[in-house]
Amino acid sequence: MSSMILGILASSGGAAGAANSYESIATTTLGSAQSSVSFNSFAGYTHLQLRAIMQSSVAGAGYKDLFIRVNSDTGSNYARHGLYGNGSSAVAYATASIARMEVALTIPETTNNGFGVVVIDLLDYLNTNKYKTMRALGGTDNNGAGYVGLFSSLWQNTNAITSIELLPSSGNFNTYSQFALYGIKGV
Amino acid sequence: MAAGSTYTPIATTTLGSAQATVTFSSISGSYTDLVLIIGGKNASSDQGIVTQVGNGSIDTGSNYSTTYLIGDGTNATSGRASSATSIIAGRMDNVASTSIINYMNYSNTTTYKTVLGRGNDGALVIQHVGLWRNTAAINTINVFNLSSVNFAAGTVLTLYGIAAA
Repeated sequence: MSSMILGILASSGGAAGAANSYESIATTTLGSAQSSVSFNSFAGYTHLQLRAIMQSSVAGAGYKDLFIRVNSDTGSNYARHGLYGNGSSAVAYATASIARMEVALTIPETTNNGFGVVVIDLLDYLNTNKYKTMRALGGTDNNGAGYVGLFSSLWQNTNAITSIELLPSSGNFNTYSQFALYGIKGV
Repeated sequence: MAAGSTYTPIATTTLGSAQATVTFSSISGSYTDLVLIIGGKNASSDQGIVTQVGNGSIDTGSNYSTTYLIGDGTNATSGRASSATSIIAGRMDNVASTSIINYMNYSNTTTYKTVLGRGNDGALVIQHVGLWRNTAAINTINVFNLSSVNFAAGTVLTLYGIAAA
């Protein structure tokens, strides 16, 4: 894989590394609706990438946000930025001192029929010298409705990330939602 | 904890001459996601790259839709294409362009399929999310420029497979 391709991947939501450096760690596919999904064993990599398809079990035509908490920290130690499109206009926002990382409006309720998707990079998650940053590309299209956007969040803590909890902003993830965690090694 | 190397190259097409459409067929269902990386240029300026998919044959019906977000250096805007015959998934001009298109959970047979794409060229950066309203597994992919503009010779398209544990 050429260095040019590596650069493209790293900057465009498909972060990967040299040959054999991108590894599948664990996958959860829901057989029934569930309020959250957690990963607790992923040491030994430089970066993590989470790739997911998601639907809310709520009967309706609305959309839920994806919340992400690390190390079971429920304090107001996170911040977020986002830029998303709703099919007619672009919306930018930022919020400090909130209780989760966030990917907005990516989980459609069941009437929409589709599944939202997201590719999340948790960068340098074991580094104990700096706060941790997440960035994500995500969206959901439902033939006449939907959202697509770019998102980032900060966890204001220098601890290594040892657990990740994913949950919808309300309700449950629906059956068939799938969350796949990958690790990217450095040298 | 299961772990295994993935992000496997499946096929690469380097165009020896200008070509309107590139097809990847007989794609194995053994991966979880597909990632198509396109680097190159076209014979015109600032076109959308679109994709069609299918199982055995390409679906050319009005079973696709797209929502997109655009930045052009001055403004950020958003738009949508509904009940269309393809998903808008990338961007290409006649100088230098890159696009990355993710076909998420492409081989399951229970959900409609969602495509997440990002494109960059000299004029725009665009992110897209598209839907194929069909639960069939995807094993065939077409990509081409809007307005029947050819991909230029030298354009490279590489398809990767990512397998979840």
